[in-house]
Formats: sequence, structure tokens, C-alpha cells
Amino acid sequence: HSAGLHYPGASVPAYSTFCCLSGDEQDLNERLKRLYPAVNEEETPLPRSWSPKDKYSYIGLSQNNLRVHYKGHGKNHKDAASVRATHPIPAACGIYYFEVKIVSKGRDGYMGIGLSAQGVNMNRLPGWDKHSYGYHGDDGHSFCSSGTGHPYGPTFTTGDVIGCCVNLINNTCFYTKNGISLGVAFTDLPPNLYPTVGLQTPGEIVDANFGQQPFVFDIEDYMSEWRAKIHGMIARFPIGDRLGEWQAVLQNMVSSYLVHHGYCATATSFARATQTMIQEDQTSIKNRQRIQKLVLAGRVGEAIEATQQLYPGLLERNPNLLFVLKCRQFVEMVNGTDSEVRCLAIRSPKSQDSYPGSPNLSPRHGASNPHLHTGGTESPTCSNGVTPLKSKNRSSIKYPSASSSASSSTSSSPSSINYSESNSSDSTKSQPRSANSTQETRWETLEKKPNIYIYILYIDSEMEIEAEHYSNGVVDGSSARIMNGTYKHEEILQPDDNSVDEECSNGRQLCGGNQAATERMIQFGRELQALNEQLCREYGKNAAHKKMLQDAFSLLAYSDPWNCPVGQQLDPTQRESLCSALNSAILESQNLPKHPPLMLALGQATACVQLMARVRSGSCSFARVDNFLH
Amino acid sequence: MACLLEAPLRISVLSEVTATSRHYVDRLFDPDPQKVLQGVIDMKNAVIGNNKQKANLIVLGAVPRLLYLLQQSSSGLDLRTECAVVLGSLAMGTENNIKSLVDCHIIPALLQGLLSPELIFIEACLRCLRTVFISPVTPVQLLYTDPTVIPHLMSLLSSSQKTQEYITQIFSHCCKTSDHQTVLFNHSAVQHIAPLLISPSYKVRMQALKCFSVLAYENTQVSMTLVNVLVDGEPLSQVFVRMMQRDQPVEMQLTAAKCLTFMCRAGAIQTEESCIVLKTLPCLVRMCSKDHLLEERVDGAETLAYLIEPDVELQRIASTTDHLVAMLADYFKYPSSVSAITDIKRLDHDLKHAHELRQAAFKLYASLGSNDEDIRKKITDTENMMDRIVSGLSESSIKVRLAAVRCLHSLSRSVQQLRTSFHDHAVWKPLMKLLQNAPDDVLIMASSTLCNLLLEFSPSKEPILESGVIELLCSLTQSDSPALRINGIWALMNMAFQADQKVKVEIVGCLGTEQLFRLLSDPDNSVLMKTLGLLRNLLSTRPHIDQIMSSHGKQIMQAVTLILEAEQSIEVKEQTLCILANIADGNTAKDLIMTNDDMLQKIKYYMSHSSVKLQLAATFCISNLIWNEEDGSQERQDKLRELGFVDVLHKLSQASDPNLSDRAKTAMQQYLA
Repeated sequence: HSAGLHYPGASVPAYSTFCCLSGDEQDLNERLKRLYPAVNEEETPLPRSWSPKDKYSYIGLSQNNLRVHYKGHGKNHKDAASVRATHPIPAACGIYYFEVKIVSKGRDGYMGIGLSAQGVNMNRLPGWDKHSYGYHGDDGHSFCSSGTGHPYGPTFTTGDVIGCCVNLINNTCFYTKNGISLGVAFTDLPPNLYPTVGLQTPGEIVDANFGQQPFVFDIEDYMSEWRAKIHGMIARFPIGDRLGEWQAVLQNMVSSYLVHHGYCATATSFARATQTMIQEDQTSIKNRQRIQKLVLAGRVGEAIEATQQLYPGLLERNPNLLFVLKCRQFVEMVNGTDSEVRCLAIRSPKSQDSYPGSPNLSPRHGASNPHLHTGGTESPTCSNGVTPLKSKNRSSIKYPSASSSASSSTSSSPSSINYSESNSSDSTKSQPRSANSTQETRWETLEKKPNIYIYILYIDSEMEIEAEHYSNGVVDGSSARIMNGTYKHEEILQPDDNSVDEECSNGRQLCGGNQAATERMIQFGRELQALNEQLCREYGKNAAHKKMLQDAFSLLAYSDPWNCPVGQQLDPTQRESLCSALNSAILESQNLPKHPPLMLALGQATACVQLMARVRSGSCSFARVDNFLH
Repeated sequence: MACLLEAPLRISVLSEVTATSRHYVDRLFDPDPQKVLQGVIDMKNAVIGNNKQKANLIVLGAVPRLLYLLQQSSSGLDLRTECAVVLGSLAMGTENNIKSLVDCHIIPALLQGLLSPELIFIEACLRCLRTVFISPVTPVQLLYTDPTVIPHLMSLLSSSQKTQEYITQIFSHCCKTSDHQTVLFNHSAVQHIAPLLISPSYKVRMQALKCFSVLAYENTQVSMTLVNVLVDGEPLSQVFVRMMQRDQPVEMQLTAAKCLTFMCRAGAIQTEESCIVLKTLPCLVRMCSKDHLLEERVDGAETLAYLIEPDVELQRIASTTDHLVAMLADYFKYPSSVSAITDIKRLDHDLKHAHELRQAAFKLYASLGSNDEDIRKKITDTENMMDRIVSGLSESSIKVRLAAVRCLHSLSRSVQQLRTSFHDHAVWKPLMKLLQNAPDDVLIMASSTLCNLLLEFSPSKEPILESGVIELLCSLTQSDSPALRINGIWALMNMAFQADQKVKVEIVGCLGTEQLFRLLSDPDNSVLMKTLGLLRNLLSTRPHIDQIMSSHGKQIMQAVTLILEAEQSIEVKEQTLCILANIADGNTAKDLIMTNDDMLQKIKYYMSHSSVKLQLAATFCISNLIWNEEDGSQERQDKLRELGFVDVLHKLSQASDPNLSDRAKTAMQQYLA
């Protein structure tokens, strides 16, 4: 269908070949998304055509249910007939607009364009009944739930384009004729109205435009006025004599945010500049910062150790957190980043000095407070704050100042999978490369059968293994694995391969390619399995844990875990949620807020805006939180 | 130190203030330049926001000294700049301050300062110049006295955002006449200012936009140039359209709409183009809504009135846009009863704008209703509309009176309104009152309206006649203004149409044949046409014809001869031949023609004229002369046959024009009977 995608929307008639349709469909989607960005169509779909089910029998539909024609006798008003759109207008539109072109005025041109609620009699013109509103072509009158009209606008006839705009902010409606606004027709409109047209005499034909074509009236200009109005309202929100109070609140929010994420130096100078106090002492901040860095670097084992040492009893009180941490540690072992396997692989001492001295990690907004989502809909704004806008270059944003850090080149590798490898090669610069090579060669023999490990892991367990899952792994690994292995082997044996980059990009190996490390990993996996069983006994089965463990173990089913269906786990960005969970747990144990107030406020604002859409306050459309995040 | 020697004996607050002020002035004369600089800086800090201090310093003669220091090349850059800043600050005070500064020749001194190579000094001078020039008391001509100034200002436009802002602001305030427009245009103002429309600075964009609005106003040359200007690859009209977007500041939307309005009225943009119909017009209608400031509503309504004035289609669109006709009714509700009670400040504000609002609404109603009958009906149906016009006619503000009478005039073009609402509200009464001792522009509109009220179907005609209007109208025909002469004679013409004998006699008596003949040789062709029309109306129905011809026959025949012999347009001659035909319809009056062989020859000539209209009129005349049922018809027929009229009629009966041939055949039948 690709050939049909490039038809210019305006020149294509609504009824055409199937090819064109898909192009139009795409145009429509794009235009609707642009007009009504706040509408969640899964919850409240937009009207896209007339409903073949919600119409009187005298109405005929054609051209993808966009064209309406009259097929009754048209003797008198008892022969009037209407049709509603497929869906009511969602409040989250803020401003909603559709147009109707009069293709033919038929015998008498008794056409009504307007809105009606679900269930209003369709054997009538819009406007004649309760919860029904219309503008009629024969006399130019507006009908507001009444059989008697009021003089409103000019008459309309063949060739005219009539638009109907519903303002869901102040619940009014105005019409346009050939792109000219005719002024407010109705006020105090009820919610959930459907676009509606009614016809009454033979020959009357009208075409609807719900966004399929560009509108004659410049609705976006009208929307921009309301957007500016609402933004102005927010910007000028009166705070009266509470100015000082607000300033203190804002300073506190900034300060607590900095402290929460361990930006120790920034927080201190901010406190100095604003003459405020920091609630937590510096050592505590630094400790948390150290632990966070360990997690983010993939050195989860060390992070656990440090936590246990600095905050004794914390993980014992949070067995679930400990389990998640250990799961991650296992994943990091596979990755070759965890110190338990790293020290075996490269014999590098556990060194905390190799980490950058100042925190360069900008945490993901909102990742720590997923429970704030109301109603469980995954709102991008709520869960991630700023990040979803920039998801394409996620990694570079997560570690924004990494390259400027002077302390060590290790930190300059931005969040890629190679992070740890470059780290290790860096800290072991002095070691002969041959050592590495030999280790890898030794590993090579085992590497060809990685499925063994998954078997070993499960063999002792009483856990049920889904046969499908298991066999899947085997099948998957069979051919590609060997090829991969050989390829890798040759690559590594190349004599002049001294380039770190090269090694980084191609030399990813299970547990860093070390057998001892692999054995340690297996052992660790067993311990993890045991821990899970213990938790099951103590607290009952936990589906999330089971899934987590399965996913982690599944990594072993693939020769190249980084490029497999569950390989996502190995991405360093996956460490972030865990990092913030651990951070929150520590803060909680110190009687400090689990989430920074700034993020709470942001989440609350986002939730409020979503709530506004549900309680049909149209201004939510122009008060979106991401409009204010820069 | 002088101030110490003159230490006052009587210590009062006032003298203390003067003493400190004097101290500031004295420091300007210090021999140490460094101390002078410090003195100027201290003076700057002392005058900011202090109008009294400013006035004191001016009285004490600080200005000439500051100007001297500013102009001395020996003064350092710092000193000269600070002097310009202080002068700028003094200019920010009252209008009297500005007058004093202008009297001290501050403008040439500052303009001279613009030749300096130092930008900071130039900016200070420009800022001060700007403040002086935007004051209503400064004669704008001072900008144009030195012909090198404008080109130099144009060259400074590229220097900085500040120079751009100040210079464009000076231009927009000093471009008041078409001569000013031409001067600026000839120095490439359009090319220099257009790029500023996309400046990052809002102030610069805004002032540049204002420049274009004053440059384009009633100026075809500028407007025609503007449509072809591209700003960063985009046509200027599109830039203006963007500036009218609804999320832009209102001031910018309104000024951009003015630019497009002026370009449209100057003929550079067609009225049916979408930038006018779908953008400018709706934008101006929006400006009339309650959401905007009173000033904006006045400006919006006046600009809209100007935009739609000549175009009926725009009038129709505007009349249906956003309930404009009803929206304007709100303009008459200031000061509202609410404002009087709650808030004195608001009342004051409302009062100040009430007149402006009313006149703007009247103007817009006048434009809206000038062509379309439906719109007129919509306007007169608006709540209390006729009452408002009636009271507007007798308001103290001349602007409101003029606008009200314009509105009334526009509505008076409707037969239906003349018959109904005009009569119901007795609008002729205030109108007649307005006609006494009104200035010319009001008089023109009022008399023009009167013309319509005197149409024969107008029920107001009778009461107006009884109010002694004839004398007034006759005096209008003696006015120096052609428009007033036309209106006067037009009204008389309408009045004479199917009038009774008494009125006709009164008209002729009051006007006097002398004045009548003066009007027949009026340089203005339309005055001549209306005078002929008046004659024609006077000379209708047989007894009237005979009576008037018996008393003024000689002069009238003379006048007719003169016109027929002169180089005149077809319309004038047709009208004259019609008069002749009317004369030929009289009983005794016929003889005036029959005894005038020269006149008969003329009629014969026009029967063979190339213009069918004239042929028809001349044939009418002959037909009346030979009409059977009247006394002496036989003799007249014989005489005319002798003169060869029958041959001519015979020829005309073969004419291709059906009217003409019918008329000729009817005349021929008179011979046959």
C-alpha cells in the first residue's frame, strides 16, 4: 500500500480506492493527534465518521460513513431524520471542531447541523429535543433543545461549509460558515455530546469532515488563543501576600530534590545561596550517593555489601528489595560487571576509587513513584517526567556530564552496554592482553554449550519449569550460537587487536568470559533460587519474583545474551529503577521522604490533569504538564 | 559658590528644594571635568521619577548648559552620554518640560549628536529624541527640516536593537501626512524596516509594524510596494497574518490588521483575498468584543468601518461574524450604572471613552448598512438603535454627532426604514436642529440624509416641509462647498417631485431665478444635473407648467438654449430636452417653443442625433406639441410639417430602437387622426 500513502489529503475524494484510504487514514490520525494531543483514544475515542447504527432509517450513509443523504418522503417535519457520530466528543479535546459541507440542499434545504446526547430521538432534526442543539439551513436559526428557533446566523445552502465548534472549557458552542465565525450559539452545554446532522427533504446530501481534510475555518488559531489564555491564567495565578511562603516552598523543593539524588555539592551551595538548611547530614548523603553509584555501575554486590554495612538491618527488613537486588546482581554477573565476577575475570581489586568523584547521574524523573499513576493507565508524563520527550537519546541524557568529568575516563562511556568493559579494560591497562585472551580461549570450549548452565541452575530446584520456555531456549541457541561463537573467537584472536573500542563493541562475553566467574555465577544463581524458595515459604508465592528470576535465568539460554529476546535486562538503564528503589528505602529508614517533593508535585499535577479530563474539565487540554517542563 | 552667598534667610521647604536644585545646576559649571561628570550623574539620580525636580532644573537653566556640554567635543564620551540621559529623563516629565526642551533647540543638538561614532552616545540621543518626538506638543516637522536627517536615521537602523526601536518609534509618530510618507518612502523606509518585523525583540517588531501602518495609510504607492516585499523569503502580507494570530499580543494583532486594511483600501490587496476575508476582518471583529480594552474596541471598530466601507460583500460577511451588530450595541452602555456606583476610577475611565465608543459604533453601523437592505434592517432592529441615533444627533461631542448622522444617512438609503422607523422616531426633528449652524462636514452628511427624507414616499416629508426647510436648502445651494450645493439642490429636487403648487412656487420664489441660472452654469456637473432635475420636477402637471412659464418663461427658455448650444454631456442635454418636452406639455407654455424657430431647429437636430436617448427626448417634445386633443393642435401640426418634422418622424418610425420607433409612430398618428 505504500504507493497510496503519498496522495495529498485535500485532493483525494473520501471514497476512492483502498490504497488511498490508508493514506487518508494516516493523515487523519496525524491531524487528530495534533489537534487533540491530550485525548487518550483508548479511553475516549474521537468521532471519525457517522454511526451506521445510531441513525434514523431515512438516513443513508456512503463514502466511508462520511456522506449523509436523505431517503425518506420528506413530506413534513415528521419525516425528519438524524445521524450521530460514532463517539461522543471527549472533554480532553478542550476545543473540538468538525465541518459539514452541503453537497446539495435537495428540495427545501431543511438541514440541521449540531450536537445531541446519546439516546435523543433520531426521527427529529438536531435542536428540537432536550439535550439536542442545532443550526438550521433554511432559516439560519439556532435551536436549543426547543421546537422554536432563535435568529442566529445566515441561511446556508449548496456549496456552503458549516463548522461546529464545541468549547469544552466554558461549555459553549459556535458555528462557522465558510470559515467565518458566527458567534456563540449555545451556552451551558451538557457533557458527552455527539456530532449530529439531520435532514428532512429528498435530495439533501452533506459530507462530514472530522479531520479527514484541512478545515476551512482556522481552528488551530482559535485553539492557540485559548492555550495562551490558560497558560496566562496559570502564570498569573494569584498568590497574594503568600509570596515569601511560596518562595520557601520552592527552595525546599529544589533542595530536597538535590539531596534526594545525592547532588551533595550542588545542594550545599544551593543551601548556602538561599540560606536554607539541609535536612540530612553530608555523610549520609555521600553514603547514599556511593551506593547509588555502585548500583548504576552494575556493581550490585558491592552495593548490597555497602548497604548492609552502612544501614544494618535495612535489607533484612526489606526482603523483597534484597531479592530484586540479588536478581540484578545475577544479571550483572552475566553482564560481567558485578565485582564478584569482575575480580575473577580480570583480577582487579575492588576499588571504589575508580568511580567518578562527583555524581554525574541525572536520575529519571518519576521512575521511583510509579504508584502515583491513577487508574493504572501508563501515562508517559507521569512515569517519566521529562525523559519520554527525549527517549531517542536517552542514554546521553541520563549521563549528561559524564564526559566532562575529569576523574576518570571510565565514566565517560555513556551508559552503553560497554560501560563496564571499558571500565575494566581501563583499570587493567597494565595487564598483558594475552592473559585476557587465554582466559577467553578457555572459556570458548564451554561457551558453545551455554544451555548447560540454565540446566544446572534449575536441576536442583523444585521449581516447575515450563517446558516450552526451556525448549525454546534450546532451539534458539542451536545454530546461531555456534556461528556466533566461532566468529567471536576469530575476532579475539586477531593479533593486532589492541583497540579498546573494538573489544568493547564486539567482545561481550558471558561473565566477562571467565570460567571461574561463570562458576561463581552458577553458584550465585543457585543461592538466588534458594532465596526465592525461602521467600515463597515465608511470604507466599510472588509472581513478580518468579517472572524476574525466569527472565534473569533465561539470559543463559542464548549464546549472545545481549542480542536476545530478554537481552533488554542487560541494558544499564535498567539499573535506574532499582537504584531509586534502594535510595528510597534508605531514605525511608532514615525517616526522610521516600520520594522528593518535587517529583510528588509533578506526579500530582499530572494526575490532576488526567483527572480533569475524566471530570470533563476541558482546560486540561491546554494545561498539560509537559508544556511547562523545559 | 553662588548658592552659598545667596543663602536664604527664611528657611522653607520650597526654598530648600530650590537650593538643592540650584546646587545641581551649579555643579555643571565646575572647572574640573571629573566633578562635572559626577554632578551630571547625581543630577540623573535626583530627577528620576521626580517631576518637581525636573521642572526646577529646567527653570534654573540646566538645559542650555547640558546641551552645551553635550555638544562640546572636549567633553568626554561619558559626560556627553550622561548629559543625553539626563535630558531624556527631563523629557519624560510633563508636556511643559517638553516645550521648554524644544524651545532650547534640543532637537537639532541631539540630531547633530547622532553623527558621533559612539553607539552608546547615539543610543542615548535617540532615546531622548524618541521621548521628545512622541509628545503631542512637539512639531513633527522638526524631523524633516534637515534633509540629511532621515537618510542618516535609516543608516543607523542596522546599529543595534535600541536604535531600531527608537528610530521606528520616531518614524511612526512623525509620519502624519502624505508628504511625510513620501519622504520616508523615498529614503527606502520599506526596505530598511521590513527586516525588523522578524527581530527577536518584541518592541522592535511592534514599532516596525506601527511604521508600516502609518506608511500604508491611504497611500497606494507604499501599499503597492509592500505587497511585493519579502521578509526572509515570506511575503509581507503573510508576516502580517502571522502577527494577527490569536495568541499574539492584542496590540500586535490590531496593528497588523490595520496594515492589511490600509493595503486593501489602497487597492494593493483584493477584498476577496483570504488574508482579508478570513483573517483581517475576523480579527477586527474580535477587537470589538467585550474582552478587550475600550481603546482597542474603538480602534478595532473604526478600522473595520474603514475596511468594509466600499465593499458590500465584506459588509455582509462582517454583519454575520460573531454577532457584530448586537456586539456594537454594548458600545452605548458606557459609563455603565455599575461603574458609577462601585468605582470612581472606572467611572472616570468609562466617561473618557464613552464618546469615542459611541462614535466608533455609529461609524461601523454606517459602513455596515451602506448597501445591504437586510443589514440595515438588522441594525434598526437592534435594541434602542433609533433612539440612540436620535440622541447621538444632539450630543455635545461633534465627533459623535457626525458619526450619528453618518449612520442615519446610511440607514436612510432604505425605503422601508424611511417609511417605518425613521418616521416612528421623528428623526427629522434632531436632524433639522443639527442643520442649524453645524460645521461643514456635519452639514454635508445631514443635508444628504435630508435628501433621502424628502423623497416622495417618505412620511417625514410633510413635517419637514412645514418646518421651513426650503430657506435652509436654498442657502445651502449658495455654499462654497460643491457637496453642500449638490445636497441643497438635490433636496429641493426631491421636494419638488410631485409637489403641490404652493411648494413649487415657494421653491422658485425662495431660490430666485438668478440663483437658479447660477446653478445651471455650476462648474460641478452633478450640481447642474440636479438643477435640471429640479426644473423638470417644477415643470410637471399642466397648470404648474403654465404658471411657472408665464412668470419665468423667458429666462427658462434662455437657459435651455444656452445648455443645448454648449458643450455638454449627453445626460445633461437629455435632461434639458426633457424639460423642453415638459414645457411642450403646457397649454400656454407651448407657444414659447412654437414661436421660437431657432428652438424648433434645435429639436429637429436632436431628433437626428447619434444618441438614441437624445432622439427619444426630442421626439417626446415634438409629440407633445402636435398632440391632437389640445387647442391649436392643427396649426402646430401644419407648422411643424412645413418645417419637415413629418419626414424626420417617418424616418424615426423605421428606427431600430423599438422605443424610438414606437414614439415616432405614435406622433405620426396625430397627423392621421
